Amino acid sequence: MAFTTMVGARIRRREDPRLITGRATYVDDVRQVGTVYAAFVRSPYGHAKITSIDTAQAKSDPHVLAVYTGEDLHHAHNLKASLPVAHKMPDLKTPPHYVLALDEARVVGEAVAIVVADSPYTARDAAEKVVVEYEQLPAVVDIEKAAAGPPYVHESLGTNVAFTMPFSAGDPDKAFAEADVTIKQRIVNQRVAPVPIEPRSMVASYDAGMQQLTLYSATQIPHLLRTQLAIALGLPENKIRVIAPEVGGGFGAKLNVYAEEVVVSWVAMQLERPVKYIETRSECFQAMIHGRDQIDDLEVAAKNDGTITALRLKITANMGAYHQLLTPVIPTLTMLMAHGCYKFENIAAEVVGVFTNTMSTDAYRGAGRPEATFFIERAIDMVAQRLKLDPVDVRRKNFIASSAFPHTTATGLTYDSGDYETTMDKALAIIDYAGLRKQQEELRKQGRYLGIGISTYVEVCGMGPSAAMPAAGWDSATIRVEPTGSITVLTGVSPHGQGQETTFAQIVADELGVPIDHVSVIHGDTDKVQYGVGTFGSRGTAVGGAALKLAIDTIQAKAVKIAAHQWEANPDDVEYRDGKMQVKGDPSKSMTTAEAGFLAFMGDKLPPGLEPGLDATRRFEPPNFVFPFGTHICVVEVDAQSGEVKFVKYLAVDDCGRLINPMIAEGQIHGGIAQGLSQALFEEVVYDGNGQLLTGTLMDYAIPHAEQVPHYELDHTVTPTTVNPLGIKGIGEAGTIGSTPAVANAVIDALAPFGVVHIDMPLKPEKLWAAMQAVPSNGSVR
Amino acid sequence: MIPAAFDYVRASSVDDALRLLAEHGDDAKLLAGGHSLIPMMKLRLAAPAVLIDIAGIPQLDGIAASGGRVTIGALTKHAALAASDDLRKHAPALWDAANDLGDPQVRNRGTIGGASAHGDPSADYPAVLQALDATFTLAGKGGTREIRAAEFFLGMFETALGANELLTRIAFDAAPNSAYVKFHHPASHYAVVGAAVVLTLSGGTIAAARVAITGIGDAAFRAGGVESALQGVNPNDAVAVKAATAGAARGVQARADTFASASYRAAMADVFAARAVAKAASAR
Ligand SMILES: Cc1cc2nc3c(=O)[nH]c(=O)nc-3n(C[C@H](O)[C@H](O)[C@H](O)COP(=O)(O)OP(=O)(O)OC[C@H]3O[C@@H](n4cnc5c(N)ncnc54)[C@H](O)[C@@H]3O)c2cc1C
Repeated sequence: MAFTTMVGARIRRREDPRLITGRATYVDDVRQVGTVYAAFVRSPYGHAKITSIDTAQAKSDPHVLAVYTGEDLHHAHNLKASLPVAHKMPDLKTPPHYVLALDEARVVGEAVAIVVADSPYTARDAAEKVVVEYEQLPAVVDIEKAAAGPPYVHESLGTNVAFTMPFSAGDPDKAFAEADVTIKQRIVNQRVAPVPIEPRSMVASYDAGMQQLTLYSATQIPHLLRTQLAIALGLPENKIRVIAPEVGGGFGAKLNVYAEEVVVSWVAMQLERPVKYIETRSECFQAMIHGRDQIDDLEVAAKNDGTITALRLKITANMGAYHQLLTPVIPTLTMLMAHGCYKFENIAAEVVGVFTNTMSTDAYRGAGRPEATFFIERAIDMVAQRLKLDPVDVRRKNFIASSAFPHTTATGLTYDSGDYETTMDKALAIIDYAGLRKQQEELRKQGRYLGIGISTYVEVCGMGPSAAMPAAGWDSATIRVEPTGSITVLTGVSPHGQGQETTFAQIVADELGVPIDHVSVIHGDTDKVQYGVGTFGSRGTAVGGAALKLAIDTIQAKAVKIAAHQWEANPDDVEYRDGKMQVKGDPSKSMTTAEAGFLAFMGDKLPPGLEPGLDATRRFEPPNFVFPFGTHICVVEVDAQSGEVKFVKYLAVDDCGRLINPMIAEGQIHGGIAQGLSQALFEEVVYDGNGQLLTGTLMDYAIPHAEQVPHYELDHTVTPTTVNPLGIKGIGEAGTIGSTPAVANAVIDALAPFGVVHIDMPLKPEKLWAAMQAVPSNGSVR
Repeated sequence: MIPAAFDYVRASSVDDALRLLAEHGDDAKLLAGGHSLIPMMKLRLAAPAVLIDIAGIPQLDGIAASGGRVTIGALTKHAALAASDDLRKHAPALWDAANDLGDPQVRNRGTIGGASAHGDPSADYPAVLQALDATFTLAGKGGTREIRAAEFFLGMFETALGANELLTRIAFDAAPNSAYVKFHHPASHYAVVGAAVVLTLSGGTIAAARVAITGIGDAAFRAGGVESALQGVNPNDAVAVKAATAGAARGVQARADTFASASYRAAMADVFAARAVAKAASAR
């Protein structure tokens, strides 16, 4: 692969012109004749028995076409009204999760009925006319109280514990007995809301003549959604088409099968009218999955030189009221990644999943790995603080050496490749770490509190081998060389901001020697694209791109045969060079892929036995996950009078292997850091004791505005992987994973003179101010 | 985010607006920039049957500064205040607030009249206008009346505006040594605490001070104790200013939310009052 003018170049995203000029089609832009509009009646209580639902008044509204309740759907022919959960735990409790509540609502915002009317306005008005009588039941919101129960979220289970998963490796008890120091800390990884700019959006229509259901949905997984719809609705899967048009942010929250998607599809079939439902921001806060929400009880054993020898860990994870698609899987990823980039052998862990009267947790950018990175990076800093060592030195001491890859951790993952120290050293040099520490010391004497936070993260992504994630491991790509030379790529992943219309075209342009403008990348339509798994877990390019590379190989092999035949040469003597075919060592004759495609279309000059046409569909099954890594360094100043945090610097040096388009990678990192620092400083979903959501609007729930994020300084190192033929790792979640602990470590470092060891996120000014009421050590004045 | 049904009428003049108000009574709401009213309607916290749009009334827009007095039409937009050199010179506290309020979209539509009439306990202008000791002109059926800022802001979303009255203009004496500083709520960017200070300086010290605080109680309030404690203080003496601004929210029932407790809010009133004093005294 010598011809690389596109791969590695900072090509502007081809998707942007339509997005920034308002010409893109999101679900709400889909206009179909005869469309009617849905509104959901939702539970105002965290836990309540539904004693009666009176739909008469709503049904008599002349604007209303239909009203359905849980009872109606439950009795509906063919409808399997419980939502799917993917899991592998043997003892997992999976209480029924009806698409509309039946008898009981277990979380605020749970859908109780659907109203369909002739406009979004009349639908909302009519929803208010559905009279639901509730009998409030005791709610449980606190995870630890719930684990101890009662009250129970699902009375019939007789417990709120959804599963427990113990794990142990090495001899942690011995390591703890022999430790010089041990550190015990309870770390709360708070609940956050994904808040995509586009909330959940869908429009379903049913062609009764063709018996064909079409669902446009803002989803990250059109094919998986189609499969689940087929199961839920009892329809043949080949009679369902799912289209993910432009999707305005997913972050994992649209990697799901939502009740509303099933109900709206079913209603469209009943009414034989297109039914549109665009949720409101308030509904999005209530009924879209949330992320994180774990209590991580941590115990670390270390030697006086900073060597970490063992970890004891209890992860108590909030499932919410029901399982969504991946709810119980997320905290198990936390457990698997508990090592971070450090090499200790001894670990004792337990994961406990607990039901509460809150919205389900599920995959949110990072999905289980940010929690692990957060506690292990905090733990490193706590060890350093206790032993009066520099946190950099403690990291260096414990890093898995670059010579030790592939490295199998005690939790059983095999890290593909890594060079943690080089990346950290590069970051330290860029930011002048020694100089910063000196500056910090001087400012402290003046009563100013600078904090320097480091996070050296590693994460697991490129989800993933099918053995680890059945039905979500592989992905697919089709390449068609069209008769007139343009190239169509059909990818099984479903990009929604990750830029694969650009990066995949860059790869094809280089490898098949066509101008990038001749490559069109199609995705997100199950009737156009062969089955694919979708976009999540930073897998789009690491898995979908790898499938594309396999398809390129197949195209090239066939094109070579075609070219060789024209030249009466041996195909073994023909090769691709600079995007064109030629006889090895003889540049006098050459043929482009487009020319070969034309010959394949004409069909009359093909070698005997070779099928006409030049296209290929390939699937890539990754042999392993990939493990990107990096060092983030954050510098903040905390105002001792108010506890306000000001960013001074932010540097990220990431390593995701080979870069196809550095600008797109940087964009992913920017967005990732914004979301990660936001968890550290701003975000927190708060329910009160009755399960009322107190942070249900953007006036209460903070996602950062432009002025609340720092300037990002970015750099990278390149450590390729052999897991896929492109040598690349995912970068979609790394920024989020790396940034949260960097920011928290910085803020807590700033407060070190006040004896602060740990403060739970979000690191709100009030908490910091309260901590700074202590008299500072080392003689600084306030 | 879908409001209930409503009718919409446009008022062509103050008199027309008053006539429409009388005609529709309690069912009607005036609509200026819509940046407080429409969000409430979208959440269905407000459901007026009729909106009377006053945004097009020509006489109510503009800033006039002459003879040491500044007069501002109720329909003057935040963006116009934020861009006004007159204001920056004669009432930097209001200029600060206009520049620090909302985002460009909000500033380009929201009005000073609407922001005042709404009576939001976390809004910025109620503190500034009290510190400026502004006079509000209210037009009603029987003519106009004038009311001082201190009597205008009565409580949470509660002002002295009568049901059938229109706020037409706001006036105050120029206050070149004034400032507003604000602790932004990270989500709404409204004031968790906002402190407005107007100083009369004599030599190196404060001869008189007016201090008003928003974001803490049910309505913005004047911090009388701080005002008298500041007399005779050198505004550049941080220790003395800190002492004088201590207890700025004394006697006020502070609110709490998921972001800030009542006691923290009260403590921040002191900190931000002190910052506002320093800023008001600084050359800008
Ligand atoms: C995203 C966002 C952020 C914001 N941030 C801030 C902030 O940081 N600080 C802040 O202070 N404000 C903030 N606001 C509110 C903003 O200042 C509003 O513009 C203002 O509160 C209302 O002014 P308006 O002209 O839009 O009034 P409208 O919304 O049209 O009206 C508000 C109320 O006042 C009444 N009314 C309006 N004009 C008159 C009049 N002349 N006479 C009598 N009654 C009248 C209306 O009937 C209504 O009840 C924000 C708003 C938004 C949407």
